[in-house]
Amino acid sequence: MEQLGFLTILFAAVFTNNILLTNYLGMCSFLGCSRELKTSLGLGAAVCFVTAATSVLNWLVYAFILVPLDLVYLRFIVFIVVIAAFVQLVEMIIERVSEPLYTALGIFLPLITVNCAILGVSLFMVIREYTFLQAFGYGLGSGVGWALAIVAMAGIRLRLAQRARIPRGLEGAGIALIIAGTMALAFMGFNGMVSVN
Amino acid sequence: MTAKTNWTRFKENLGTQNPVFVQVLGICSTLAVTNVVRNTLVMCLGLVFVTALSNLTLSLLRNRIPSRIRMMVEVLVIACLVILVDIFLKAFHPDISRQLGPYVGLIITNCIIMGRAEAVALTHPPLASFVDGVSSGIGYAYVLLAIAVVRELLGTGEIWGVRLLWPGWVNWSVMVMAPGGFFVLAVFIWVVKGGLMRPPEKTGG
Repeated sequence: MEQLGFLTILFAAVFTNNILLTNYLGMCSFLGCSRELKTSLGLGAAVCFVTAATSVLNWLVYAFILVPLDLVYLRFIVFIVVIAAFVQLVEMIIERVSEPLYTALGIFLPLITVNCAILGVSLFMVIREYTFLQAFGYGLGSGVGWALAIVAMAGIRLRLAQRARIPRGLEGAGIALIIAGTMALAFMGFNGMVSVN
Repeated sequence: MTAKTNWTRFKENLGTQNPVFVQVLGICSTLAVTNVVRNTLVMCLGLVFVTALSNLTLSLLRNRIPSRIRMMVEVLVIACLVILVDIFLKAFHPDISRQLGPYVGLIITNCIIMGRAEAVALTHPPLASFVDGVSSGIGYAYVLLAIAVVRELLGTGEIWGVRLLWPGWVNWSVMVMAPGGFFVLAVFIWVVKGGLMRPPEKTGG
């Protein structure tokens, strides 16, 4: 593929190729933790940080360890271990350094290890053969896009809980999926501006 | 839980305890490929294989895994099985493997597999865990296949390359794009929860 700039990829990952709304990644925590604005903000921030950092780390590991040693088929295991180790490390560091930050973000960190969006970003980046800078832009953009989606979702759900009468079978996950679908429709409006496929 | 026979466990995982409807778990990695029935089938077969064998393996190992690192062990076992699936697809069905792209790898982070491992495999004997793995895999697979049939039929007018709708049919192209998946799954959940499951269970999802 031709060289896309850092900002182009960043923009595309947030809007046109939003990891949640076009690739369905990270749905579990999206549906589970989007009922309060504060929780979703915390989780969004944590995902943002971890995706940006692990996409860079995994790019380095992939390019300098797996490819030279011809171990590309081990990438699933290696990526997930890097992600898990990184999350643990961040958790320990935050706990030492900043108490308020730990209480705000700490509880979300273990959840993140099994968030599909983060592994998904690393896998997409390898398949699309991004350069280092592109990988960073894609990781950061995907994190921001995911956070944007979950915060918007939390806002909508709060409003909905106040005044809407939802059919019984649709309560909870059902209505959340319909909101997500509507949001995905809205985000399709960005299509055609840039594309990273 | 332990008193359940394997057969009731099997039936429950297909029906009243179906992982998709009751818990809305693990739809991430597979919902994305439900716009084509063939890809969905391949993904679901891979998922059943991984769930069943990871449950079996972890159940055999359950008395030897230190509880502090059990998550790591679970992830490693699951990742090994997923690598097997990936290599198999690359070797025998390279075109499907290309279309699925990263989604095969994302089976690792599918919450159902981890969930079954945590909830069942670590506390139950191997055979029961295996049955549980197979049945929750199948329970998940048939829902996803149903979604895929609806999406592909309405979106392209054909299933598996066979034209099923009349020639004048106008394709609902939104069905094969991202929002379609959300809507179809929502409607499925609505129908099942509102109409078929009585009394309604409080899932809090």
